[in-house]
Amino acid sequence: MWTYWLSWPVMIGVFGAIVYVIFRYRRRRDDEMPTQSHGNPAVEVILTIIPVLIVIAVAIPTVRSIFATQTYVEPTEDDVEVHVTGYQWWWKFEYPQYGITTANELVIPQGKRVVLKLNSADVVHAFWVPRLAGKVDLIPNQDNQLWFVADEPGVYPGQCAELCLGAHAYMRFNVIVEDEGGFEEWVAAFQEPQVVSASTDALVAQGRQLLATKGCIGCHTVDNYAEGMSFGQPIYPDLTNFGLRESVGANVLPATLENVAAWIADPQAVKPGNYMPTLWQADDPNREQEATAIAAYLLSLGADGGAVAQASAGGN
Amino acid sequence: MSAQPAAPAASEQPVPYRATKLPDVKLLMWVFLASDTMFFGSLIGTYLAYKDRSLVGPLPVDVFDIPLTTVSTFVLLMSSFLMVLSLHAIRQNDIPKFRLWTAGVAFFGSIFLGFQVYEFVHFVNAGLSIHQNLFGTTFFILTGTHGVHVTVGVIWLVALIMDSYLRPLGAKDSVYVEIAGLYWHFVDIVWIVIFTVVYLVEFV
Amino acid sequence: MASQTTLAPSAGKLLQRPTWTRGAMSWLTTVDHKRLGILYILSSFAFMGLAAIEAFIIRLQLLTPDMRVVNPDQFNQLFTMHGVTMVFLAIMPLGIGLANYFVPLQIGARDLAFPRLNAFGYWIYSFGGLMIYTSIFLGGAPDVGWVAYAPLTSLSHNPGLGVDFYMFGLFISGIGTTATAMNLIVTIVNMRAPGMTMMRLPVFTWMMMITSFMIIFAFPPLTIAFLEVILDRTFGTLFYVQEAGALPILWQHLFWIFGHPEVYIIILPAFGVISEIIPTFSRKPLFGYPVMILSGIMIAFMGFAVWTHHMFTTGLGPVVNTAFSITSFIIGIPTGVKIFNWVGTLWGGSIRFTVPILYALAFLVTFTLGGITGIMVAMPTFDAQAHDTYFVVAHFHYVMGGGALMAFFGAVYYWFPKMTGRLIDERLGKVAWFFTVLGFHVLFFPQHIAGLMGMPRRIQTYPAGIGLETVNMVSTIGSWIMGVGLILILINVIQGFRAPKNAGNDPWDGRTLEWSIPSPPPYYNFAVQPVVNSLDAHWASKYPETMHVTPPDPAEGRKYDAGGVHIPGQSWYPMVAALAITIGCYGLMYDNLVLAVISGLSFIACIFGWAFEGVGGHHLHFDTEEAA
Ligand code: HEA
Ligand code: HEA
Ligand code: HEC
Ligand code: CUA
Ligand SMILES: [Cu+2]
Repeated sequence: MWTYWLSWPVMIGVFGAIVYVIFRYRRRRDDEMPTQSHGNPAVEVILTIIPVLIVIAVAIPTVRSIFATQTYVEPTEDDVEVHVTGYQWWWKFEYPQYGITTANELVIPQGKRVVLKLNSADVVHAFWVPRLAGKVDLIPNQDNQLWFVADEPGVYPGQCAELCLGAHAYMRFNVIVEDEGGFEEWVAAFQEPQVVSASTDALVAQGRQLLATKGCIGCHTVDNYAEGMSFGQPIYPDLTNFGLRESVGANVLPATLENVAAWIADPQAVKPGNYMPTLWQADDPNREQEATAIAAYLLSLGADGGAVAQASAGGN
Repeated sequence: MSAQPAAPAASEQPVPYRATKLPDVKLLMWVFLASDTMFFGSLIGTYLAYKDRSLVGPLPVDVFDIPLTTVSTFVLLMSSFLMVLSLHAIRQNDIPKFRLWTAGVAFFGSIFLGFQVYEFVHFVNAGLSIHQNLFGTTFFILTGTHGVHVTVGVIWLVALIMDSYLRPLGAKDSVYVEIAGLYWHFVDIVWIVIFTVVYLVEFV
Repeated sequence: MASQTTLAPSAGKLLQRPTWTRGAMSWLTTVDHKRLGILYILSSFAFMGLAAIEAFIIRLQLLTPDMRVVNPDQFNQLFTMHGVTMVFLAIMPLGIGLANYFVPLQIGARDLAFPRLNAFGYWIYSFGGLMIYTSIFLGGAPDVGWVAYAPLTSLSHNPGLGVDFYMFGLFISGIGTTATAMNLIVTIVNMRAPGMTMMRLPVFTWMMMITSFMIIFAFPPLTIAFLEVILDRTFGTLFYVQEAGALPILWQHLFWIFGHPEVYIIILPAFGVISEIIPTFSRKPLFGYPVMILSGIMIAFMGFAVWTHHMFTTGLGPVVNTAFSITSFIIGIPTGVKIFNWVGTLWGGSIRFTVPILYALAFLVTFTLGGITGIMVAMPTFDAQAHDTYFVVAHFHYVMGGGALMAFFGAVYYWFPKMTGRLIDERLGKVAWFFTVLGFHVLFFPQHIAGLMGMPRRIQTYPAGIGLETVNMVSTIGSWIMGVGLILILINVIQGFRAPKNAGNDPWDGRTLEWSIPSPPPYYNFAVQPVVNSLDAHWASKYPETMHVTPPDPAEGRKYDAGGVHIPGQSWYPMVAALAITIGCYGLMYDNLVLAVISGLSFIACIFGWAFEGVGGHHLHFDTEEAA
């Protein structure tokens, strides 16, 4: 900001001078011969001192702001610690304090310091939520840190800012800032063990079955798939409590039943270039229906949806 | 414009005006060496950045044999000394001596290369290769690049000796020996840096 | 007019130096700095045309959200090729090409110090560039951005050949650039006309010398970085293999230790051009010549001390960020001094508004804006927001496109009459200037806003509804306006080639030695070795009273030519050696070791042929009366 205001006098000075010379010193006659001045030490010294002063004026607030925002901090009890890992093209968020692992949606409390430890599993990414903090790169074999305090509850869109090929443009995410209570609720909802072994809702039950048979669990995990048991391979986004999320595909679409089904049926159409395959033949007549079923199951995971499922599970 | 058949021999050409009075080739060599410094600087920088970061062995302390490398370093140092004698000889128009000393330089250089080959073979047998760990990668590429420089130097010196049989060389051509010497001394100095930074530092 | 002595060819028939004077063969074997300069200039404009096409497709894709002109992969290839081409194959060689042509003329020399090395530099640059472009037909262009951050380039993340083409192509063209830079340094240091002390050198020549020094120090780190990736990909070393514990950040250091000096390598020749154009058309000596030189040297020095300002977001910590932020600010001082002194030169002058000076004025305005945004992104806290957004894209297009490119357009208009003997139509030139400059600002100004609104760079699409539509559309429309300007420039220049040869020696009332000889210059450049005793030697000989000197007697130069002027012979070896290296790279890329070894051996054979080819060429003896 400071430079912004300082840049005005500089620009006005330079451009004003240029405009002035253009009009004042245009050549009128061809035999005109201006004074052959080779320079003027006094003027030259002044012209050197001006930028020196400007630089000093810019440097002081800059250094202050660097140390105010970029100093390394040791996370304390009071902070919320999150380990962020970048993947081509999605984000893993781990909360060591709460034992939570989730993807693509960072939920944080308002007013508390959030300390992120940033790392990458493959190539360089950059974590950037323009309205909350500056960006910091996620680099393999290197732990970076970013900390900030969010003052206002709300949804803050973020975006990977370092070229990571393929679906880089779609490597988005959301930061959801909850008020203190909302955050605790979310943590509780996430941690609460809810066994969804079957459901009265036929669609959800079918989806739960398909999740295993279709091969989704070759790449994804779901905690509490059966009692006390998590299921699947945690290579790609953790789908535990997926029903708590507001978006799908790293914030490419809002997580409605329709969109999630569309994602599962054909991820490449939603997000060109990503690594999730379509598990149906193109002409499979059941594709739509089965994808919707899985989507229904996934959305039922987590407090609200999950509770419904759990109630029905009890009757089983 | 009429072409005249009478042609002065190359060496009889008048020396054209030069602002610094230094031969162009000598300046070129200086500039090249300045650039080459950055070249080795970057490789040494890479080596240092990856020092102690290897995840598996063998590590430097497992394979280095300081006495052996000291001997080869000494050989290379001595070759620089012979290089000085060689330049002196050609300035004195003493072609036989020039051939002798230059051959000596090339010979010592080859001995150095022999040591390096021996060392490389030994390391590979000990399980270190460019694919093994970061130390292997950075070590072989750094010292290998230096070895290539030495090899080029040896070929250059041999070419100079051959040239002395093909054409009448003399003091007027000493600048060509001088630049070969500059190159040789530079490669020598680089080795001393590598020897210190890569080998000796491991044992202090 | 002059008599000629042919020099003894060397022994073997095979090693004969060719003697064609016209036709394709003469161009392939030429060692004449003017011909090589022309080849450089034409090649860089050809590459620039390709990069421009890529840029226009990029803009078309970004016209509205969710356009599907190209897919993400193609988009990545487009901006990578655009950046690589503009930086390595267009703008930088353009500066070198102009230097090739004009540095010897400005210092009163007959050629560069090493004509064959010069030819080699040109050929390897153009083969390297062409090689990168063949990748389009051989499985896809590189797609990792022009900065090619590790580990995007490692085999596991990028198995295609595109990255190999990038690495090999730039590796070998970098060798050529370095060789030419060394050549220029020796030439400028050693081949100045008698009496032309360093402080009497024309400013363009000075800037080229500084640039050349930057090149020889900046390119080796890049070459090593390329070598490391090439070895990783071809021979399985572990430099950037993260499983082995490698540090991808190392690449960024090596790249930017080169990369930041590179941007000054691009801009300093442009500064040189501006420092020629402004004094010429305001009929005044450059204001503060010594300060201009000193600030150039300062910029070059400081240029090596700011590289991590491209890495403010990589977590280097507040201390490093502070240090490099301050060094970056400091670079603004010498640059500012230059800007002020150019204005000082205009001040009190008698300015004739030709096309070249219009470009120089556009340069002043645009570059200052770009420099100020540069100072802004040099603040780490601001850069944490602006980094990798369109704000940075706008910054560097302002300094490179609006700075370097405008200056070079000015240079083309300025020196075209010297190179061809023909004058370019001024009226059309001014119209073209208007469209180009207007288009430029309509194109790139909105990108600042896009960046501040949060639009990252290198994305092939952006979501609708967050306010990015208007700025992008305006920007794309700007690219069309600029396109019109460029087409007009092209027409203008092509027409220029048809104009009558009536430019004369000195159409602009120039100040430096190149204006003292016929246009186009004869192959021996100067019939008499010029002798110099002041700055702006040609001006001083025309208006001695304004410089307070008595120009030296031209006849004095003749004694330096007493032994005749040596015109070096042509040679096949530079071109063939460059070709051998290029083919060898294909061999390595396709794991064809036979091809690689054969090429390697041919290269070595070329070196020997080169060394033992003999002097060749001929001597010119000018008749005394004629020359006087
Ligand atoms: C010709 C090329 C050129 C030039 C000359 C410059 C000049 C400068 N650049 Fe720029 N820059 C690039 C080309 C160039 N740059 C490119 C290509 C990139 C992006 C690479 C990539 O990521 O792809 C880049 C990126 C870049 C970054 C990284 C941004 C990011 O990725 O986040 C930074 C950060 O500090 C920066 C700073 C500067 C500064 C401080 C100058 C200074 O030299 C500017 C000095 C000039 C002035 C200040 C104006 C004139 C002065 C006055 C009128 C005097 C009064 C003013 C003051 C004293 C302030 N540049
Ligand atoms: C000198 C450098 C230079 C120049 C001049 C330009 C010129 C242009 N650039 Fe360039 N650009 C870069 C260097 C340059 N660019 C770099 C380094 C990048 C980063 C790449 C990366 O991210 O890795 C980039 C990235 C970049 C992007 C961002 C892509 C992304 O991040 O997604 C965009 C988007 O709008 C863009 C657009 C343009 C346009 C429309 C022009 C127009 O100005 C183009 C107009 C055309 C010309 C200027 C050529 C005209 C000349 C001729 C046709 C020959 C005429 C012949 C005679 C006169 C004889 N460029
Ligand atoms: C080969 C591995 C693989 C298989 C098999 C796979 N996925 Fe995925 N999945 C991925 C990857 C990779 C992503 C992340 C894509 C991205 O955003 O770049 C992903 C993302 C998702 C997401 C979005 C997560 C989020 O946070 O936005 C959902 C939902 C999902 N998968 C469900 C499924 C379902 C249901 C199946 C089975 C029908 C399945 N996946 C099979 C790899 C796989
Ligand atoms: Cu991850 Cu871009
Ligand atoms: Cu920079």
